[in-house]
Amino acid sequence: MLSHAGQAQAQAESELRSLFLRAQDGDASAYHAFLFRLAAHLRVYLGRRLFGWPDDVEDLVQECLLAMHNQRHTYQPEQPLTAWVHAIARYKVIDLLRSKSTREGLHDPLDDELAVFATCETQASDTRRDLAVLLDALPDRQRLPITHVKLQGLSIAEAARLTGMSESAVKVGIHRGLKALALKVRGST
Amino acid sequence: MKTDELIAMLSAEPSPVPRRAAARRIGSSLALGTGAALVLMLATLGVRPDWQQAMGWPMFWVKLAFPLAVAAAGFVATERLARPGVEIGGAWIGVALSVVVLWLLALAVWLGAAGDERAGLVWGSTWRTCAATIGLMAVPVFVASMVALRGLAPTQSAMAGAAAGALAGGAGAAVYALHCPELAAPFLAVWYVAGMALPVLAGAALGPLLLRW
Repeated sequence: MLSHAGQAQAQAESELRSLFLRAQDGDASAYHAFLFRLAAHLRVYLGRRLFGWPDDVEDLVQECLLAMHNQRHTYQPEQPLTAWVHAIARYKVIDLLRSKSTREGLHDPLDDELAVFATCETQASDTRRDLAVLLDALPDRQRLPITHVKLQGLSIAEAARLTGMSESAVKVGIHRGLKALALKVRGST
Repeated sequence: MKTDELIAMLSAEPSPVPRRAAARRIGSSLALGTGAALVLMLATLGVRPDWQQAMGWPMFWVKLAFPLAVAAAGFVATERLARPGVEIGGAWIGVALSVVVLWLLALAVWLGAAGDERAGLVWGSTWRTCAATIGLMAVPVFVASMVALRGLAPTQSAMAGAAAGALAGGAGAAVYALHCPELAAPFLAVWYVAGMALPVLAGAALGPLLLRW
């Protein structure tokens, strides 16, 4: 018999994993659902670890989502997805605590495996840092592809026509831009 | 930007994600770096002049197999440490085991040798340059695999750097072995191990500085 927490963990694993594997093959709606579910999961996971700084939770949720998006090529299907997700989240928590340089960084929460997993009721709260502002600071060759394709929903081809860039330059711009954005996020904490 | 907007942004126009990216990128770095080290070795040192004869000697192959075993274990360790949440597993044991086997072999040779031969078995004729040259030969693979790691997601940066160092040290020592005139196991046990330790230490020191993301 699995414990309640164990069942919740197994359910989170199987739901997240099946969505993510479809997303890895290029399924946009599965990826959207995955990120939405992942954000709720992270909100609870990070909330328990940042109990001293509730205002930082949503910022770190966004930072983790961006990091997981940029690093999604480092997941391999034979690995439990929650192990991958939690390793990245823990890395980002440690990074944040270190930058706050407080003794809280030494805490190792005991309830790692006793998670009560997030459900859809968990609402996103406001962030302190605005990613849109950081996005505006990117150079045009990265900012324009992201704005056109990722925010306005244009196709790669349309964005290429609009900006006068080649299609591959648009793709590279999106890729590099999101990496640069993640670096700016790190620098802003 | 709200989190929901970020999610909408990230999930627009997704592209299929390549599989086994870590192994492929680190493998390419290894191939590229080893090629560069070979060119460097051929241009500055050259293959040992008696290589055709040497290929018939078992010790020549031991000298090649030992660093290759270290490089193989280093590759597995680096590839695993490049992926969040993957345990390093037995990869370090592969590195340690290669060294221990060589040390046992060296000890047996040293104990079996007459007293006045022992010093020569350890010092050889090239001990002054051996470790440093291996360190130099490791540089191309070291740089290439650190670049590969920067595009991946190591969460234990010092360990990942050290693993990349073991990969580079093994590859560099294998390249150097094609030039090196020494054949005694005690020599390898001291100077090859010291030479391969250089990139491992460099990786452990540079990892936390270079591998943050």
